[in-house]
Formats: sequence, C-alpha cells, structure tokens
Amino acid sequence: MDEPACYSGNSSCIFWILKNRYVGFKSFCFKKSLWVFHFGGASCNNCDIEILDCLTPRYDLERFGILLVGSIRHADVLLVNGSINMRDRDRLIEIYNQAPKPILVVAIGACGCTGGIFAEGNTFAGPVDKIIPVDAYIPGCPPKPEAIIAGLVKLVNSSNPFKRDK
Amino acid sequence: MAVNLFYFLVFPGLLFSAVVGALLSWFDRKITARVQFRKGPPLLQPFYDFFKLLLVKETILPKQGSPVVFLLAPVFAVFGATTAAVLILLPLLNISSGFRGDLIVIFYLLTIPSFSYVIGSLASGNPLAAVGGSREMKLILSYESTFLLVIAGVIIKASQYFDLNSIITIQHNSRPFIESVSGVILFIVAIFCIQAKLGLVPFDMAEAETEITEGTFIEYSGAPYALIKLTKYIMLFILPAFLTALLLNGFVLKGIGILWAALKILGIVLLLTLIRNTNPRLKIKQAVSFFLVWMNLLAILAIVLAYFGY
Repeated sequence: MDEPACYSGNSSCIFWILKNRYVGFKSFCFKKSLWVFHFGGASCNNCDIEILDCLTPRYDLERFGILLVGSIRHADVLLVNGSINMRDRDRLIEIYNQAPKPILVVAIGACGCTGGIFAEGNTFAGPVDKIIPVDAYIPGCPPKPEAIIAGLVKLVNSSNPFKRDK
Repeated sequence: MAVNLFYFLVFPGLLFSAVVGALLSWFDRKITARVQFRKGPPLLQPFYDFFKLLLVKETILPKQGSPVVFLLAPVFAVFGATTAAVLILLPLLNISSGFRGDLIVIFYLLTIPSFSYVIGSLASGNPLAAVGGSREMKLILSYESTFLLVIAGVIIKASQYFDLNSIITIQHNSRPFIESVSGVILFIVAIFCIQAKLGLVPFDMAEAETEITEGTFIEYSGAPYALIKLTKYIMLFILPAFLTALLLNGFVLKGIGILWAALKILGIVLLLTLIRNTNPRLKIKQAVSFFLVWMNLLAILAIVLAYFGY
C-alpha cells in the first residue's frame, strides 16, 4: 500500500499510519523473541556444539530473547547445519512445511552454506538453499559462537519477515 | 453486571493477573539465568513472546484429531485460570468478601487448566502429545488429593470456616498459620503441589522438552499457544497468592503492607524457581509415589497436629 497524501481530513492517511504502526509492532515483537529450532543434517557435530555454546553462560543468547525449543511448531528460526544428503532432504522439506510461518532459515557452517568438502559427494543433495529458501548464511568450519551471534544480529536487524513472498 | 465484568476482565481478573504473572515469569527466568551465571532476558520479554505468538505466527490445525476441541482447550484454560484469579484475589485484596464455601470452588477452578491441557493434547492426534497427556493425567491424580489435604488442614486450623475471607480474617486477628508446626509442614507440602500444578522442573514430565519435545503442547502454534502461555503467566501469579492467603496471613494493603505483600509473592516464586533449578526431572512413577505416599503422609501428619492445636 503506497503512502497516501496526508492532508487534514484524509481518513485513509490515519488508517495507513495505524496499519504501519501495527505491522511495525508485530515485526518488533517477532525480532525480540526468536525461538530457534535446530535441524542437524549429516553433521560432524562441530556446528551443533558451537550452536549449543551460544546458549551457555559465556555467550547467553537468551538476553536477546532467543530460546531453543523442542517442537518445530513453536519455532521462528530454523537453524540447519551439516551436509544435507538424500535421506535428510525429505526430512528437511517436511520440517520446513510443518513450521508455522513466518519462519527464518539460517544455514550454519561450510556444509550448510555450500556443501564444503562433501559438495562432490555421491549422496549429497545440494546445499540448503537448493532445498528450502535461506535467509542467512553463517560460514565457517565450524563458525565461532561470535560469528553465529553476529549473523543472527544481522539477520534480526536487516530482514523483514512479512515482506517475503513464498 | 458491569462491575462483575470489570472484575473478570480488568481488575483483578484477566488483565491485572496476566500482567503481574508475566512480570513474575520474567523474574523466574531472570533468577534462572542468574543461578546459571547468565545475564537473562529483558524485563518485557514475556510480553514480546506473548504478542509474537498471538499476532505474528500462523496457527496450524492438526490433520488427524479434532480441530474444534484442539482450539477450545486453551480458551477453557484461560477461562478457568481467570475465574480462579477473580475468586482468589477479591477476598485477598479486600474488595469483596466472597461467599461461603468458595475454597471448594477455587480448588476445582484451579484444576481446569491442567485438564484443558490434557484435552487439547489428546485432541491433537500426535503420539508424543498423547504420552504427555497421559503423564499429565497421572500427575493430576497424584497431586490433587495432596492439595485437597492441604486445604483440609488449613480449614481445621481456621476452626472449620470454609471461605477464604474468614481464613484471612482469623489469621489477621490471631497470628499467621505458618507460625506453627503444622503450618510449616502444610507450607512445604503446598509448595511441592504448586510446583507440580505449574509443571516446573521436577514435575515437568508432561512437557519434557528434551524427551518428548514439549509433550502436551507439541502441536500448538500461534494464537492458541499464546493463550496457553497466558494461562501459565496467570497461574504463576495466583497459586502463590492463594498460598499467601491460606498460610501467610494474606495481604494488608496499606503503608508498608504493600511491600510485604509483594515480598511474599516474590519469595514464594523465588523458592519455586530455586527448586526448579536444583532438581532433575523425575519419572512419572517417582512423582506419583512422591505425592501419593510421602506428601500425603506429611499432610495427614500436619492435619493431626493441627487437630491437637500445634
């Protein structure tokens, strides 16, 4: 909806401002409370451990409202790490379809972003962004917790989860 | 009519108890973080969580199972918690005196949220939710009799008055019930009952998130899950308030008494949080025998002591 001309007595202008405020409030609440669901593909476990490190006392992502949840139905962010092989692909698509929208997808680690050393592998089913749409990439083998936090902060600050067409 | 609606929806019902409960939920999370040497979430975090779930997220209905019951269960849970909040807080805040026998009504209303969780989880058609629902049912069966014994003990100590207002008045006129041996025992038993009613850690086997991935709530997303969160916030406020009314002299809402009232609630929530942070999850079998044998024995001992005036 484009911005209407704002002169006194134009009710659609007030309506437009209120609607913008409402969308802004929703987006603010979403960014302030991201609940994370962790999907590990055929991972070597290093990225899993680094992700868990982010929730430990040293880094404490809960101060940004980020929680690790057990069910995909409660998740706002789907973290995918590890190389995705033929068997994982169906599970990943299933998990993604079961998630309540809007959902952000973050590919973590070299394997998740590009395939890493498995890119030429026999059973490799493509990096994550060939299977589901990805919002952020955090490369590294494994990425440091600082890098994961930096990636998540950039994602929170830049993305608008309501403007994506899926 | 308008006054009653105000009582139910604004003060001391839905809005007031939800806001206070959300702040208490922040307190709980902050203390948990401090116990683990973390920094913890910001003050308004429970509100962000609630509004995100309510306004932003999509609601997914289960394909198998019954969508209507699935959606109605959280509404029942909020209704039960709010009605219990009104009936507890009206005598406690000295707004009106309640009616004869309101203790029994409060007792039944406080069980409605747990029953709604069971109904909602069984309506979702998810096998893990069914496991969670059956565990929640066993937990209800074990702690409810203990909770009833606690209330019976309080009634005996209050020379057999059945309403909350008389119990508070008797404590004001003589001394708080907790200043006696039976009162202390009843307080200990009641703390464990509240822990189980809130589903906090030693008794969180129904929603064990690392074991059966949130169990009873596994299929809930979006607005229904927001209502469940709201119920949890309200219960986190009214159960300590109920315990304050039963054993800790209620509230005296003038001057320094307001500070004391806040400290009583915060102290009970702090105790619950510390128990939650220093214990592992029990098996459902252990929880059932813990309540049905040991806590029941303690409560009966307290009733006998109260009968002989200790």
